[in-house]
Amino acid sequence: MNNAIRHTWVVSVGLFMTLFIAISVIQVPMTDELNAHPHNVRQMYQDRGADRGTITVDGDPIAESVPSDSAFDHQRVYHDPELYAGITGFYSIAEPPTGLESAMNEYLTGQADSQFFDRMTALFTGSADEGAQVELTIDPELQQVAYDTLAQGERGSIIVTDVETGEIRAMATRPSYDTNELAVHSTSQFSENKAEIESVEGLSPYYFRPINSTIAPGSTFKLVDLAAMLGSGDYSPDTMLDNPDQITLPQSQTQLGNFFGGNCHTSSRADLTFITAQSCNTPFAEAAMDMGEDPIREAAEDFGWNSEMQIPLSVTASHFPEDLTDAALAQSSIGQYDVTATPMQINMMTMAIANGGTMMQPTLIETVRGSDLQVIEQHEPEELGQPISSDVADDMTELMQAAVEEGTAHRANSSDIDIAAKTGTGQIGGTDLVNSWVTGFAPADDPQYAVTVAYERIVFETGTGLTAPNMLTMFEAVIEE
Amino acid sequence: MIRTETAPAPRRNLELFLLLLALVVAVGAQIITAAAMDAPIDEGYYVDGGIYAGVVLVFHIILRIRAKYADPFILPIVVTLNGLGIAMIHRIDLAGGDGSVADRQLLWSAVSMAFAMALLWFLQDHRRLRQLTYLSLVVGTVLLFLPMLPGIGMEINGARIWVNLGFASFQPSELAKIALGVFFAGFLANNRDLILLAGRKFGPLQFPRIQDLAPLMIGWLVAIGVLVVQTDLGNSIMFFGLFMAMIYVATSRLSWIIIGGLLVAVGGVLAWMFVPHVTARVDIWLNAFDEDIYSREFGGSEQVVQGIFGLANGGLTGTGLGSGMPNRVPLANSDMILAAFGEELGLIGLTAMLLLYLLLFSRFMRAGLGTRDAFGKLLAVGFAVMLVLQVFVVLGGITRVIPMTGLTAPFLAAGGSSLLGNWLIVALVLLISHAARRPIVVGPMVNASGDEASGIENPTTEAAEATASEDEAAAFQDEDEARSGTGGAR
Repeated sequence: MNNAIRHTWVVSVGLFMTLFIAISVIQVPMTDELNAHPHNVRQMYQDRGADRGTITVDGDPIAESVPSDSAFDHQRVYHDPELYAGITGFYSIAEPPTGLESAMNEYLTGQADSQFFDRMTALFTGSADEGAQVELTIDPELQQVAYDTLAQGERGSIIVTDVETGEIRAMATRPSYDTNELAVHSTSQFSENKAEIESVEGLSPYYFRPINSTIAPGSTFKLVDLAAMLGSGDYSPDTMLDNPDQITLPQSQTQLGNFFGGNCHTSSRADLTFITAQSCNTPFAEAAMDMGEDPIREAAEDFGWNSEMQIPLSVTASHFPEDLTDAALAQSSIGQYDVTATPMQINMMTMAIANGGTMMQPTLIETVRGSDLQVIEQHEPEELGQPISSDVADDMTELMQAAVEEGTAHRANSSDIDIAAKTGTGQIGGTDLVNSWVTGFAPADDPQYAVTVAYERIVFETGTGLTAPNMLTMFEAVIEE
Repeated sequence: MIRTETAPAPRRNLELFLLLLALVVAVGAQIITAAAMDAPIDEGYYVDGGIYAGVVLVFHIILRIRAKYADPFILPIVVTLNGLGIAMIHRIDLAGGDGSVADRQLLWSAVSMAFAMALLWFLQDHRRLRQLTYLSLVVGTVLLFLPMLPGIGMEINGARIWVNLGFASFQPSELAKIALGVFFAGFLANNRDLILLAGRKFGPLQFPRIQDLAPLMIGWLVAIGVLVVQTDLGNSIMFFGLFMAMIYVATSRLSWIIIGGLLVAVGGVLAWMFVPHVTARVDIWLNAFDEDIYSREFGGSEQVVQGIFGLANGGLTGTGLGSGMPNRVPLANSDMILAAFGEELGLIGLTAMLLLYLLLFSRFMRAGLGTRDAFGKLLAVGFAVMLVLQVFVVLGGITRVIPMTGLTAPFLAAGGSSLLGNWLIVALVLLISHAARRPIVVGPMVNASGDEASGIENPTTEAAEATASEDEAAAFQDEDEARSGTGGAR
C-alpha cells in the first residue's frame, strides 16, 4: 500500500509541476502580450492612474498627479490650465494623451531609457516607478502677459523665443480651455466636457494654434523672398525696383495690386528698403517671377517649410507648393495662393534673421529630472542650419527696422526698444476676413528675442490694430526683465 | 539501525515556533494590505489578529493534550494559508463592494477551528470512524443531493449546490466529500483482500471481477450524478479522482487506473456531448480569447481571461499586496482568489503558496504512510488527493490547463462550508498522523530476544507490533525498508 501512496504522491507532484509551468508561462514570457491585450483594462487603469511626473515652469507645477479616491490611483491636476492648455495637452482616461503629456510620456511615466537605473532601483527598494519632472523653458509671467495681451473673442497666437538658444519663453493662444475638464475620471463626464469645449468656435483640444494652425502668411512671407533675393547677390537694400500699383499676371486676367490703403502708391519706382517697409506687392511678385520658383522654394525650405518638426510637440509642416505657373508663383511670393505657415514657422524664420542667419532648434524643454531630482537631460542649444548668411541677415534687419520706423509696423515703434519687424495680411478667399500677422525681434542691434503674433479670421482693421501693439507689449515685458 | 530509535519526540514546540511564524505572516499580510491601500490601521486589525491567534493557540494546546505526536507542520501551513486568505479577502473588501466578507471569513475560520478541535477532542482515534462506513455512505449521499430538495436547495451562479439554512447558505458537498471519503476508506479497507485476490489476468495486468467493480461504479455514478443533476463539474472531477486514487492505493493495481481512465474518457465525452453546461465550459476553455465568447453576457470567458490578465499583471514579482487590481476579476475573493494572489504576490509568491499546498498534501500522505491501519492510510491519502485535486482543478482552471470549474482553493477562498470541511479534514489527518507517530503501548509483553529486541530499552516501541501485520510493521520502518516490506507483499 505504501508504494501506491508514493506513486500517488509522485503523480500529485506531477500535477503541481504542470500548474507551476502554467503560471510561469503566463507570468513571465506572456506578460507583455497579455498586458497589451485590448480587453485588459488593468493596464489602462494603471497607466491612466499612474503617478506621472510633474511638468513645471520656473519650478512651479503646471501639471501634476495627486492621489485620488476614484478607481484610478491618481488624478492629473493642471494649474493655470487656460495658459498652458496647448502646451501640456490633457491626460485623460478616455483618450490618448495630447501635448507634452504625449510627447514627453516616456519621461513622465518613468519609462525612458535614461531612467533605466531609476527603475532598477525602484524594483529593489519596492517603491513605485516614478516619472521624471519636466521643467519647461516657459517664463510663467511672460506667458501670463501673452495670454492677457491676446484679444478676447479673437483667434490669436503669440510666440516669444530666445533667438540664441531657441528656447520658447511664451507660447499662448486664445481661445483656450480648462484641461482639468478633460482629465476627469469618468468617460461620460469627459465626453460631455469635450463637447462643451468644442462648441466654442475656433477651439479644439486637439489643436494648438501656434504650432498646428497653417494659414496664409501674407506679407510675412516676403522675408523668404528677401532671403532669396539678397542671397542671390542681384539685390541690395538700395536696389531700385519698379513699383506699379498693379500688374496683370501672365497667362491670366488676374490683377495683382499693392494694398490700396498703404503708402506704396506714392512712389512708382522705389528702393527695396521703401518697398519692404511699405510692403508693396508688385515688386516682390516681379522679382519672384524673374528669379523663378526654385530659389524661393529653396529659401523657404531652408527656413523649415515643407517639413514637420518636434519642439518636442509636433509642429505641423508649413507648405510651399511645387510646379507653379508664373501667376501662381507671383501670388505665392506674397504669401497667398497655396502657401501656408504656422506661427511657429514664421517665428523660426525671424529667429534665424535675428541670430545672424543661424537658425536654432526651438524647444519647450529646459531640463528633465529623475525622481531624485538629478538631471537626466539638460537642453543644449542646437543649430538647425544656416538658411541665410550673416550679411543677408544684417541687410534684412535694416529692412525690418525701416518697417517699424516708417512702414507698416509703425504701431510697434518704441522710443525704448529698437525693434525690427515685418507685418503680414493673409487674405482668406471668399471672405472679408484676413489673417493678420506681425513678426519681429529686438533689440535690433543685439537681438535677444523674437516675437510672432498672429490673428486668424479677423477684420483687417482690428487685426492691424492688435498685432504690432501686442508685439510691442511682449517686447516691453521680456526685455525689461 | 532505526531499531535503536527511542520514543519519537512529540515536536509540539517546533509546531509552536512555526505557528508563531505563520501568525506573523497571516496578521502581517493583513496590516501590509491596509497600509498599502491607505486604510486606517485601527484597533480592529489588532482585535481580528488577536482572535485569530487566540483560536490557533487554543488549537495548539488541544493538540498538546489530545494528539501530541501529531504532525507538527500541518497546522502551521493551514494557519498560514487561512490567514493569507482572510488578508486577501479583506484586501478585496477594501477595493470596494461588500466590506464585511473578511469578517465573516474570520468568524467562519474560528467556527471551523472550533468544530475541528471538538472533533479532535471527542473522536480521539480515527479508527472509530471505520464503524461508520455504511452510515457515511448514506449521510454523504444525502448531503450531496440535499440541494436538490425543493424549499431548502438554492442555485447560485448556475450551480445547484447550496442549501439555505435560514441564517446562511451552506454547501453540503463540502461535508459530503468527507463522509464519502470515510465510506470509501472503510469499504476498501474491509474488502481489499477480496478485490485483490479475485480476478482474471490478462498479460501482466490483473483485472477485477465485475462484482468487485461495484465501488468504482458507485464512484462513477456519484460523479456523473453530481455533474448532470447539479451541473457541478468541479466536484464531479474531484469525487471520481478521489475514488480512483483510493482504489489504486488499496489494491496497488494499475488495472484500476486503466478502467477508471476509460470511465473518465467515456463520462467526459458523454458529458461534453450531452450536458450543455460542460459543452459551454469546454468551449470557453478552448476559445477564451475569442471575441464572441468573451463578450457573451452569461457564461462568457470574461472571468478566466481577466484572471489571466491579473496573473500577467503580477508578473514575476507581483504588484505587492494592495497595489494590484484583483477586484477586476469576477469572484476575486472566492473562485479566483489564486489569481488575486498571483497578481499581487507574483510568480514568486504564488509558487510559494503552491509549495505550501505541496508540503501540506505531502504531510497528509506521510501520515498515511506512517499509520498502521489500512483504513487510516486510505483515509489520509484520500484527503491528500482531495487537496491535490481541488488545487489542481482551481488553478488549472484559472491558467487554462483544464476547463474552469466551480471549486475553490482550500483554506483561501471566501466561503464557510469549504473552510469547515477542510478544517475537519485537518483534524482527522492530525489524528491519523498522531496515530502514525505515537509510540504503541504494548503493556508488559516486550520482545526480549531476536532482531527486534536489540537496543530497545523503552517498552513503548513499534517492535512488539511488528508481527501483527505487514502493513503495520512497514508503517514504522524507514521508508526504504517499508518498500521492501510491502512492495511485493500481495
